[in-house]
Amino acid sequence: MSLAVPVPQSPRRVLPGFGLSLGFTLAYLGLIVLIPLAAAFLKTAGMSWDEFTAAVAAPRVLASYRLSFFASFAAGLVNIFFGLIVAWVLVRYAFPGRRIVDALVDLPFALPTAVAGIALTAIYAKNGWVGQWLEPLGIKVAFTEIGVFVALTFIGLPFVVRTLQPVLLELEPEIEEAAASLGANRWETITRVILPELFPAMLTGFALAFARALGEYGSVVFISGNMPMRTEITPLLIITKLEQYDYRGATAIAVVMLVTSFLLLLLINLLQKWSRRYHRI
Amino acid sequence: MKVKPLLLGVLALAASAGASAKTVELLNVSYDPTRELYVEYNRAFARYWKAKTGDDVTVKQSHGGSGKQARGVIDGLPADVVTLALAADIDAICEHSQQLPKQWQQLLPNNSAPYTSTIVFLVRQGNPKGIRDWDDLVKPGVSVITPNPKTSGGARWNYLAAWAYARRKLGGDAAAQEFVAKLLKNVPVLDSGARGSTTTFVQREIGDVAISWENEAFLVQKEFGADKYEIVVPSLSILAEPPVAVVDRVVRKKGTAEVAQAYLQYLYSEEGQDIAGRHFYRPRNPTIAAKYAKKLPPLELVTIDAEFGGWAKAQKTHFADGGTFDQVYLNK
Repeated sequence: MSLAVPVPQSPRRVLPGFGLSLGFTLAYLGLIVLIPLAAAFLKTAGMSWDEFTAAVAAPRVLASYRLSFFASFAAGLVNIFFGLIVAWVLVRYAFPGRRIVDALVDLPFALPTAVAGIALTAIYAKNGWVGQWLEPLGIKVAFTEIGVFVALTFIGLPFVVRTLQPVLLELEPEIEEAAASLGANRWETITRVILPELFPAMLTGFALAFARALGEYGSVVFISGNMPMRTEITPLLIITKLEQYDYRGATAIAVVMLVTSFLLLLLINLLQKWSRRYHRI
Repeated sequence: MKVKPLLLGVLALAASAGASAKTVELLNVSYDPTRELYVEYNRAFARYWKAKTGDDVTVKQSHGGSGKQARGVIDGLPADVVTLALAADIDAICEHSQQLPKQWQQLLPNNSAPYTSTIVFLVRQGNPKGIRDWDDLVKPGVSVITPNPKTSGGARWNYLAAWAYARRKLGGDAAAQEFVAKLLKNVPVLDSGARGSTTTFVQREIGDVAISWENEAFLVQKEFGADKYEIVVPSLSILAEPPVAVVDRVVRKKGTAEVAQAYLQYLYSEEGQDIAGRHFYRPRNPTIAAKYAKKLPPLELVTIDAEFGGWAKAQKTHFADGGTFDQVYLNK
């Protein structure tokens, strides 16, 4: 996530206003990000340890973590692979309708998630366009874990494509030609020249898609079927708690999600840093 | 829920329009399936109020899941009146934000529920699985659609209706729990709300029977054709009393106490009762109810208070974390 911007070494900066803009940055982040998050932590702080563990480690909640994290992870991985192909095609090839395809990528961003959920359910249910062909094969998508995965893949795609595109634009085709003229075959060019360059951006795209998928609610609840212990995602359980006016239980689960996501994102950041260093040597 | 800016805008307009005829604005925070009912009722009430006082009254409506709406009011949605699915939701407003008196349910006749409904079955044309009563829902091979009672107020009625039937028929809560567990094993999808379940049953064509509020079942027939769905009334069901209340603190601040009170009272008038009946709610007024008895036939109904000791207790026993609903899925 962190693009290593070189920090200017000289004490004199070209543009003035460091103090002002830093102050603004802190105030803005505080207002938009930190204060709401702090509220979640504060609300949870009112609970005793026993209450907290009872809320966040109930069997149903544990089952939902498993589904939410695994489905988000799997969706992120799939998006990296196919998102890379989409980004590659959009950057490297000129073809009629490219702009339209490019705009299509953003659709999952723009679509209200509930609309996406209803549309996906309609398509994958047993009488839907796709579902009617899968059902006879014994593959059920809507109202199963696979449905959750499909919805999360759908909403995550633009994150990967939009992160990879600018990096691919920077990556000149001449590099490939140079690799070829130095004797690399096509496979070597991809694995030893192109992919290492793209790796940090792929990680960033993955992290964004993964984080988005973890918190996704609107599109998933329609397609998941919400069966306890099987297809309940964690955000649904937060809503369930709210429905019982259990504000503290809801924020407790939210805090667990937050901390875990934060740790995972931190890990991805470290991985990125490591990969960049590894690549440089 | 962008009601507030809208409201302010309308108020500003109203203020600039001059003071010749007073224009009053009410916000009715309600739940999903009452939309059509209140569209018609608001027009009727505006006519009545104009004739009585000369003032114009416009009623804005907000609809959503009952529990979500209650949370909206708790968090500051300025509702003059609430017309929700269960008393527990108005109790929650009372408990969490003290915006109305504790004994709100005694302030209007009939437990503050001007119309009632009950839980019935919606089946496909011809009733291919021969569903007549609750017993048929636990048979192997019957697929039942009902929403998740943890997120849907409506689904709690379904669950308790099944429980009440089983307790009477099989004797005792243990047998009832087993019955309900068996029923839930026949449920392939637990949607988060009642409308979601209707969609699953109607649009996705999943399930042989949907457990549904009576008024919602009639809405499905009206929308998708009486030739495609049939309504089956079981031998016993539960009396659903969707309650209404004035939100004291809001009306005092806005100075709308009188009109808000009249708005709810007029629901009990003959016209109000007739509108409720037209929208498939069971009117309280016996004369009007008789008029709709063919569509809404009498049946044995149990009440939450008599059968389950009130909503607070039922909620705690059955739907709170670790309650009987959770146990069904945890003890598999």
